[in-house]
Amino acid sequence: MTEFDITINVNGEARACSVEPRMTLGDCLRHKLSLTGTHLGCEHGVCGACTVLVDGVSARSCLMLAVQADGAEVRTIEGVAAKDGSMHVIQEAFRRNHGLQCGFCTPGMIMTALELLGENADPTEAEVRDAISGNICRCTGYMGIVAAVLDAAATLRAGGARG
Amino acid sequence: MKPPPFEYHRPQSIEETCALLASLENAKVLAGGQSLMAMLNLRYLYPDHLIDINKVPGLDEIAITGDRLSIGAGTRQRRIELDVGVRRAMPILAEGLALTGHRQTRNRGTLGGSLCHLDPAAEQPLIALIHDAEVRVAKAGGQIRSMPMEKFIAGFMQPAIEFDELVVGVDFPLWPATHGYAFLERARRHGDFALAAAACLMTLDAAGRIDRVAIGVGGLGPVPYRLHAGEGGLRGQAPGEAAFAAAAEHLDALEAVSDFHGGAEYRRSIAKALVRRALALACKRATAGGVQ
Repeated sequence: MTEFDITINVNGEARACSVEPRMTLGDCLRHKLSLTGTHLGCEHGVCGACTVLVDGVSARSCLMLAVQADGAEVRTIEGVAAKDGSMHVIQEAFRRNHGLQCGFCTPGMIMTALELLGENADPTEAEVRDAISGNICRCTGYMGIVAAVLDAAATLRAGGARG
Repeated sequence: MKPPPFEYHRPQSIEETCALLASLENAKVLAGGQSLMAMLNLRYLYPDHLIDINKVPGLDEIAITGDRLSIGAGTRQRRIELDVGVRRAMPILAEGLALTGHRQTRNRGTLGGSLCHLDPAAEQPLIALIHDAEVRVAKAGGQIRSMPMEKFIAGFMQPAIEFDELVVGVDFPLWPATHGYAFLERARRHGDFALAAAACLMTLDAAGRIDRVAIGVGGLGPVPYRLHAGEGGLRGQAPGEAAFAAAAEHLDALEAVSDFHGGAEYRRSIAKALVRRALALACKRATAGGVQ
């Protein structure tokens, strides 16, 4: 099978690799670029664990081919904390509010929350639940997750660092 | 849980896409991929060729011309959902799209992709059906034809297009600004496929009687249904619970399917309730002045 040479701008860095056309973006991030923070759960678009931002909007990286991301800007969970390792406001809020248990869904939850808070600084609880409706938490820890997103929104509105 | 191997093609124009479709055996068109990629990952499909139309220009225009809304087949659902002009001119589309999958899938999923996938429980085909939408289809050689949504639905998940044709756009004749609308569905969880869905459009005359009405039901049978008999019975009538219930009874004549989410009679019962409620809501919105 012919491989394609692609370059994806991941977390601000141009990353080149060669992929079979059938390789999904999620597998490419994990296996070709060693960015294993993006988790693949169901691999058919239901669980949301593999959510990343593609050109600024959330997308399921299992439902997109890596070859389709050629030239795109992709942001993954590895690009959320600051370069010095200090946590993003949303990550801090997840820790403070027990928004993660096993942690499998967390990267997808945080990428979705990043998109939501980027377009709506003051979401209601219902809006948060609607936004994360495509992300399944297998620990069923939704109370903590919703609290974390609302807390992060409040912190950001109060002037916390915006990512 | 990985796609089977295929040859990947990335045409740069509609003509090139149709030429590829005409010349390649066992090819599939990849639009937003929010259904096709899942089917490939699950290996429900083994295409020899995948034709990615995401780089084809001219497929993502939203335009309102007179009493017609035209949307390119490759337009992302999220963009349609948030478009101010669409929300004003055809509010049922935003109401239905809010129930379509999740924001992550709407960010990539396209209108044309949903119509061609033609899932019987999907929102967009049902809305296109009750809106008497015209589907524009391009063919190898450059011809474009237009066909009503009712004809486009050939059968279960089967659009009436030839192997060398590509859906390029959808034209929705707009209803008067005073029309009422409603899209209601019942799903196990928000964003899941509907067990049943009902979509209605309605205008009232000066005396408050039902003037125009369109009713559709999704999720019940193998294809989305238009309830012509129910519409005919309502025209010229005074709106009210009894009239709406009578219209919903026409669902008895339609085939209902069973699956592990719900039996046929359960689905029919939900669908009837949704039709009654959707008619009542559309009527309320029409009385209140229709499109806000």
